[in-house]
Amino acid sequence: MTWVNDHWDEIFTLARSHVWLAGLPLILGLLIALPLGWAARRWTRVYPVLISTSGLLYTIPSLALFVMMPLIIGTKVLDPINVVVAMTIYTVALLVRTVADGLGSVPDDVLQAARAMGYRGFRRFFGVELPLAVPVIAAGLRVAAVSNVSIVSVASLIGVSQLGNLLTDGYDRFITEEILAGIVACVVLALIFDGLILLGQRLLTPWLRAQGARS
Amino acid sequence: MIGSILEWLTSADTWSGDSGLGARLVQHLWYSLLAVVIAAVIAIPLGLWVGHTGRARWLVTLANSLRAVPTLGLLFAVALWLGPKFTSDLAFLIPSVVVLVVLVIPPILSGVYAGVEAVDPAARDAARGMGMTGAEVVRQVEIPNALPLMLSGLRSAFLQVIATATVAAYVGLGGLGRYLIDGLKTGDYVSTAGGALVVSLLALAVDGVLALIQRLVVSPGLTGKASLTRRRGMSAVSAEVASSDGGSPLPETNRRISS
Repeated sequence: MTWVNDHWDEIFTLARSHVWLAGLPLILGLLIALPLGWAARRWTRVYPVLISTSGLLYTIPSLALFVMMPLIIGTKVLDPINVVVAMTIYTVALLVRTVADGLGSVPDDVLQAARAMGYRGFRRFFGVELPLAVPVIAAGLRVAAVSNVSIVSVASLIGVSQLGNLLTDGYDRFITEEILAGIVACVVLALIFDGLILLGQRLLTPWLRAQGARS
Repeated sequence: MIGSILEWLTSADTWSGDSGLGARLVQHLWYSLLAVVIAAVIAIPLGLWVGHTGRARWLVTLANSLRAVPTLGLLFAVALWLGPKFTSDLAFLIPSVVVLVVLVIPPILSGVYAGVEAVDPAARDAARGMGMTGAEVVRQVEIPNALPLMLSGLRSAFLQVIATATVAAYVGLGGLGRYLIDGLKTGDYVSTAGGALVVSLLALAVDGVLALIQRLVVSPGLTGKASLTRRRGMSAVSAEVASSDGGSPLPETNRRISS
């Protein structure tokens, strides 16, 4: 533990940028995927196009996407924006399908009941469909969160600092403890993200707990 | 910039030789195939066994939680630990392949398990009622029914290996990752981006080929409008999320299923 004890400050600084690089794309990705998923649901022809496009985007290896980012958005090679945009692309690719399927999982009779009660358009979407789709969307978000935390560490290879620096530095200087510290820190961060999303889901779907208590 | 990358990609010098783009491409594909085959040999029987008997489900949970471990960390830790134990080029090859195998066991295992798990119990019972033995049920009922999910697990495993093999160039593995890692170190952006482009195209091509295979080998009874998942009123992804989330703290990352 000596290495870790001497480097707490560094670990926390790196963890903070890791949270940004993995967390911000998660929020941006969700905000972009919501209207896209809705559109995929609304127009049947849009669905296959969006699903296959997002599948193709997700196929691109992370390191390759990171280094190609400057070509696409015209940034500098070392700019952290490259990582944020690339991670947002992955998150959107993963979430579009989840959002569309989550909205699709809302039972028809519920939609009809909502309609009969006068829910229409935006109000029906935000008041009925979206809340009921939360469990499915949250499941997708958890997958995205865990994979984002892992993928972001690759960014240390392109010189963007976050917890992955502990991994590359530990390897370059043969400090096994530093690598292990980096791994543990990433796993802990992934678990924290996962727990927060789970907590958010619980808070947003109180009726599920009520059902559980009754049965 | 794009012009010089295209020029680099189309130049004969880039492609020729033992460390040329052509050789690197073949190398990359070879390492990936090797890792996926070894992982499949371990994970497919294991997944079938867990799915068929319902025993040792914790294996799937364990495999899924392994996904939270950063690939890069696993790669470096294993490279530092195993690397010095081998001499010659094996010092670079073996640790990387070991990590690649460890890394793709989870997606294959959970794909196989989720596939077998999702087999209609009625179909299984009917097979037993017809007098099939356990092995016959596995071969003639469970495998064909589980094939779509099994193959999508293999597909995402293959893509993951292609991506990770790229990163593994940092610990000395050959393949296309060399262009990215060496290019970044020397500040040669043209070959870095060129290599990145070729890896991406490779991934897209492999994905396309596997999608085609998936379409060809899946039983016609499972595709089309009469698909099992749809009759249960669930979309494919939600079925997958539901089937994988067996008390696991970390949900699973298989993402594509034939539809």
